[in-house]
Amino acid sequence: MSDVTIKKVLFEPIISNNPIALQILGICSALAVTTSLKLSIVMGIAVSLVTACSSFAIALVRSQIPSSIRIIVQMVIIASLVIVVDQILRAYAYEISKQLSVFVGLIITNCIVMGRAEAFAMQNGPVVSFFDGIGNGLGYSTMLISVAFIRELLGAGKLFGVSILPVINDGGWYQPNGLLLLPPSAFFIIGLIIWGLRTWKKNQAEAPDFKLSAHKVKEAF
Amino acid sequence: MEHYLSLLLKAVFVENMALAFFLGMCTFLALSKKIQAAVGLGIAVVVVLTITVPVNNLIYQNVLKEGALAWAGYPNVDLSFLGLLTYIGVIAAIVQILEMVLDKYFPDLYNALGVFLPLITVNCAIMGASLFMVERDYNFGESLVYGFGAGTGWAFAIVVLAGIREKLKYSDVPEGLRGLGITFITVGLMSLGFMSFSGISL
Repeated sequence: MSDVTIKKVLFEPIISNNPIALQILGICSALAVTTSLKLSIVMGIAVSLVTACSSFAIALVRSQIPSSIRIIVQMVIIASLVIVVDQILRAYAYEISKQLSVFVGLIITNCIVMGRAEAFAMQNGPVVSFFDGIGNGLGYSTMLISVAFIRELLGAGKLFGVSILPVINDGGWYQPNGLLLLPPSAFFIIGLIIWGLRTWKKNQAEAPDFKLSAHKVKEAF
Repeated sequence: MEHYLSLLLKAVFVENMALAFFLGMCTFLALSKKIQAAVGLGIAVVVVLTITVPVNNLIYQNVLKEGALAWAGYPNVDLSFLGLLTYIGVIAAIVQILEMVLDKYFPDLYNALGVFLPLITVNCAIMGASLFMVERDYNFGESLVYGFGAGTGWAFAIVVLAGIREKLKYSDVPEGLRGLGITFITVGLMSLGFMSFSGISL
C-alpha cells in the first residue's frame, strides 16, 4: 500500500475490494437487516459514518496507543460512536431503531469497523483513513442495498414499503415469494452475488484446494 | 424447570445464533475449514457466553436499568445508554481474565483454544447474546440458560458446517463460486434445515 490516494481508498472497496464479498467482513448484520430497503439504507449510513469517524479518531491517536492495549482503545472509541448513533436513531427515528433492534449495537462488533481500524487506520493519516472508512462503508452499503432490493421486491412486492408489484392478496397478480423474507434467502443471494462478482473479476476467485485429475479409464462404462 | 428447558431448546435450535440471526458470521465463515479448529472455537464460545451473559445481566439489572440504582439512593437515574460500552468492556475483560486463568491452571485447554480466545471479543454472537438478554429482560437464571444455549447452538452450527466443508473440498465447484460463494449457499441450505425447528416449544 505505497500509493494511498483518497480517490483510490474511496472507490476501490465498492467493487474490486468489497468488504463483504472479498474481505469476509461485516457479514453478520448484512444478512439480518436486508428484509427491507429502508432498514438497509439506514444501516449502511450508520456503518459508513461509524467506520469513517472511528478510523479518523484512531488514526489521530495511532502513535500514542501502546500496541498491547490497542484493541481496548479501539473498542472504546467505536463503542462511544455507536452509542451516539444509537441515541440519535432513538430520538429521531424511533420506529426504525425498534426494527433494527440489537443490530445497531452490533455495529461495535461489526468486523468492518474493527478490521479497517486495525488494518488501515493504524498505519495511515487521519484524512485518508476517514475516506477509507467512507469507502468501505459504501462498499458495505452497496452490497446491503442490492440484497435488500431483491429481497423486498420479490419477497413482498414492495420497495420502501410502496407497492411495486401488486400482490395477489390485495387483488393484484404477483404471488410473493415468502422464502425471500426468511433468513436462508439472504445467504443464497449473497452467495450468488459473489459468484457473479467473481466471474466478472476473475482475479477474485479462490484457488481450489484439490484439482480434479482427468478421467483416465476410458472403458469404464 | 420446564420454562428453562424450553428456553434452552429455543436458544439452541429455534433461535440459533448463527443460522437464524446471522451472528458471529465472520468467524463462522472464516474458521470453519477444519473440524478440529471449529470444535475448539465452539467450546470457547460456549464458555465465554455462559459467563458473559449472566455477568452482563447482573450489571444491567443492578446498575444500568432505569431505576436500578434505587439501592444506592438514586431512584431516577437511567444509565441504560452506557449499556453498549459496558457490555463490550465486560466481554473484553472476561476474555482476558479467562485467558490468564486458563494459561495458569489449565495449560492443555489453553493450548487447544490457542488463538481463538482473543478472537472471541469481536465475535458478534457474544455481544448479540448480551443485547438480546437486555432486550428480552431476562432474569439471572434465564440469562444463564440462554447464554449456555446460545453458545451451544453456535458451536453446533460451526462444527456441522466444518464437516460439510471438509467434504466439499473434493467436489468440483464452478470457478467463481469456489470458496466463499459455495460456503454461503451451504449455510443457506443449513439455515433452511434449521427453519424446520421453528414452532417447536415445550
